[in-house]
Amino acid sequence: MNQDAFSISLSLFALIDWHGFFFLLFAAIACIAALMVVLTDNVVRMALHLILSLGATAGLFFLAGAEFIGAMQLMIYVGGTLVLLVFGVMLTAQTQLVALRTPAGDRVLAGILAAALLAVLVQAAFSIESWQKSGQGIVSAPTATPLGMALVGVRVDQSAEANLLDAKGGYLLPFEIVSVHLLVVLIGAAYLARAKRRRVPRPVDLMASVDSVEPRSTVDSPSTVLSGGAE
Amino acid sequence: MMLALLGVASVSHYLVVGAIMFCCGVVCMAVKRNALGVLMGIELVLNGANLNFVAFGSNYLAADGRSPLGLDGEVMALFVILLAAAEAAVALAITLNFYNNHATVDVDRADDLHG
Repeated sequence: MNQDAFSISLSLFALIDWHGFFFLLFAAIACIAALMVVLTDNVVRMALHLILSLGATAGLFFLAGAEFIGAMQLMIYVGGTLVLLVFGVMLTAQTQLVALRTPAGDRVLAGILAAALLAVLVQAAFSIESWQKSGQGIVSAPTATPLGMALVGVRVDQSAEANLLDAKGGYLLPFEIVSVHLLVVLIGAAYLARAKRRRVPRPVDLMASVDSVEPRSTVDSPSTVLSGGAE
Repeated sequence: MMLALLGVASVSHYLVVGAIMFCCGVVCMAVKRNALGVLMGIELVLNGANLNFVAFGSNYLAADGRSPLGLDGEVMALFVILLAAAEAAVALAITLNFYNNHATVDVDRADDLHG
């Protein structure tokens, strides 16, 4: 009897389409977490739901057979970019800024527009016949090596097509451009976000500013307080 | 019920998930008053687009086992991830600068250029 129960559960196990099951699971997590990002006002909760949503997206990448992109999504996006965002949230988390409320009219208007946009996009997604057929489940070779070779300009995935001149080109130049772009952007970000040194007015300047009574703008006062506290 | 799950994952379903994430991101960008919330909306939009790239480039999902986009979709997804990281770094630096100068991250208060 135990044997029967075991074999029945085994056949049930084999009956379930695990690819479809995990697709539905990850898709539901990704969509619900994305909705929660929109619906909640608390910026800390928004960050947490965003992590959930992007992690589930990485699962969808794995299911589509793009395991290298999924790993990069987890490492760069969830591990890097979102940690950066969470640090930004922590650095600016004052009680009155954590939950800024949006007027209800704006919410309703944006919801209507988004529903219209979603209707158009879903209609477009189901408009092509060949997109609706599910795949034949052909598991392709790991994509990490062809991807790396494509980034240095060699398309090993197309070497079967004998004439290399007809093959699509590699991505050496975009790869270089993106590399330099990332370097420049990180230097620029470090320059923009550096701690400001408060300028101490020299006594001469102080006297001059007293003479010509120059009203300082009220905007400057919090900045001096903040940078003084930061140093 | 198990049979209902069969064959659920096609390119169209990936596109629908991507569309939902994209719309959530657009609403997030339009509605949030916190500058970091706007940033999170941008991340959602980029991820929705990325999902479409991967779905179109996937041989596993293609009906005939060989997608027309092939590896190009995955390369594009990689570039989008990299550019999103760069964009997040700069936008966060700008937000911190704004916070240092104005003591708020409310985008509605960024109206110094208002005539």
